[in-house]
Amino acid sequence: MSTLSERILGAAAGTYVDRKVDRAYAHDGTGVLTLEAIKSMGGGRLSGSTRISLLFDHIVPANNSTTATLQRELREFARSSCLHFSDIGGGICHQLMSEGVVLPGEVVVGADSHSCTLGAFGAFATGVGATDMAAIWLTGETWFRVPHSIGVHLSGTFSGAAEAKDLALTYVSRLGMDGATYRALEFIGEGTAALSMDDRLVLCNLAVETGAKAGMFYADDVTVDYLKTLGHAVSPQAAEPCNYVQELDIDLSDIVPVVAVPPRVDTVKPVQDLLGLPLDQVFVGTCTNGRYSDLARFARIVRKKKVAIRTIVVPASRLVLEKAIRTGVLADIVEAGCTVGSPGCGPCLGAHMGVLGEGEVCLSTANRNFKNRMGVGGEIYLASVATAAASALKGEITEPEVP
Amino acid sequence: MQGEGRAVCLPADIDTDLVIAGRYLRTKDRSVWACHVFEDLDPALAPTLSGAVIVAGKNFGCGSSREQAAIALKEAGVVAVIAPSFARIFFRNAINIGLPLIECDLPCTKGELVKFDLAAGWVDAGRKRVAFRQLSPRMQEILIAGGLVEYWRKRQ
Repeated sequence: MSTLSERILGAAAGTYVDRKVDRAYAHDGTGVLTLEAIKSMGGGRLSGSTRISLLFDHIVPANNSTTATLQRELREFARSSCLHFSDIGGGICHQLMSEGVVLPGEVVVGADSHSCTLGAFGAFATGVGATDMAAIWLTGETWFRVPHSIGVHLSGTFSGAAEAKDLALTYVSRLGMDGATYRALEFIGEGTAALSMDDRLVLCNLAVETGAKAGMFYADDVTVDYLKTLGHAVSPQAAEPCNYVQELDIDLSDIVPVVAVPPRVDTVKPVQDLLGLPLDQVFVGTCTNGRYSDLARFARIVRKKKVAIRTIVVPASRLVLEKAIRTGVLADIVEAGCTVGSPGCGPCLGAHMGVLGEGEVCLSTANRNFKNRMGVGGEIYLASVATAAASALKGEITEPEVP
Repeated sequence: MQGEGRAVCLPADIDTDLVIAGRYLRTKDRSVWACHVFEDLDPALAPTLSGAVIVAGKNFGCGSSREQAAIALKEAGVVAVIAPSFARIFFRNAINIGLPLIECDLPCTKGELVKFDLAAGWVDAGRKRVAFRQLSPRMQEILIAGGLVEYWRKRQ
């Protein structure tokens, strides 16, 4: 019997396969070198068999004239190549691919490490570099070594103030930063049924922080219903008994609010152990936690109160922003004293819109807390949206209240 | 494909943000990346990398998919990187730009001469020979060609 990766890639774990890619995307950061590689390869027509997307999200709007010039060239290429293009303000590439684009069973490759996010739909989704992406755009295919899989058995339901991000950080700490290198994570078990599509996207997003090639859920009724609202009729994928190289059991009711301590994503401690740690900035957003449900949860906690420190909220996409405006969530966030950025990656990668100063500490809902990532000499603690909201109100790491 | 260089020792879990920081990515000038390589790890490292073989701990190249990390090392003159394991995107990127990677657990002595043969699958260091599992035939072909772009051009 096959794992989901073996089923989608059509071969047993460990074998090398050439596989047609259904969707291939890059952003303004990786797109620059992708375009350079395409030119060096002699250019030519892009593959007609793969849906190709170029989605601006990393430094949007451009922060200086160098970036603007690089983006101008990419924009012109996008227009002349007739590929699917999303300009500044459209949103984060992975988020846009999750808004009714990626479907179960597809092979999806993104020129960004967090492309594994899309495994939430029962797709095989993984990240590559720019030169690989150039070859994919030209040929519509690439090679893979079919990964062995780790079964992450989920049982129970969340209790207290814990949410998917706390579960994600917990499994990263249990596997370690290279615990799943060259492997795929399959999230299975009765605990998956109660997880929303947004929860699944969070869990798959963090897969690469364990070195995993992919993080995947089987498409089920939740997936089918979610995609139905976006106009797609899809079928669930039946899980088969299969051989996992490793199995991990997690009871969701054991999960508590946690924080990943800099500079490693796998150094995870209960919020309880870090209470009172002073913060300079809170950042809510990114491909991990910038969805509408995240903004709504954040707004519920800060509503009619004031944040104690500078707090930056960046919606993951224009769709998220529009919905937050329509429902009043955005008004609650702004009235609480937060600064709202235009849809995109925001300050996650330390390029603009909230870079940290020397010695400053940020609590972020993102997925990486590497040394200097958000600014030289700055430190990043990673946590859930609820922990971010509670901490923003007090200006220090704070346990979220049970909703 | 054979090569040699002086060992530069690095710890485990070197992420690509540490290889080349995000603040230096927005350019096409490769010399910028070579100049700032490992700046946040140790600013004194960059000038020592010409002709060096990096011998690192496990999980080298984890994190961001930025291909500039592999390019920075090659542009700085790194001959090869040896580590017990590599993060997979970095692994593909390095081969694709013609930077040899060797998956092997090699004790590192700073400055020691390290020799390797990619096709035969051995590394020599300090009078000791260590065997490693060779790259797949296609990855070896890509490396010999000098990278995926050159491999592609030869096949067109």
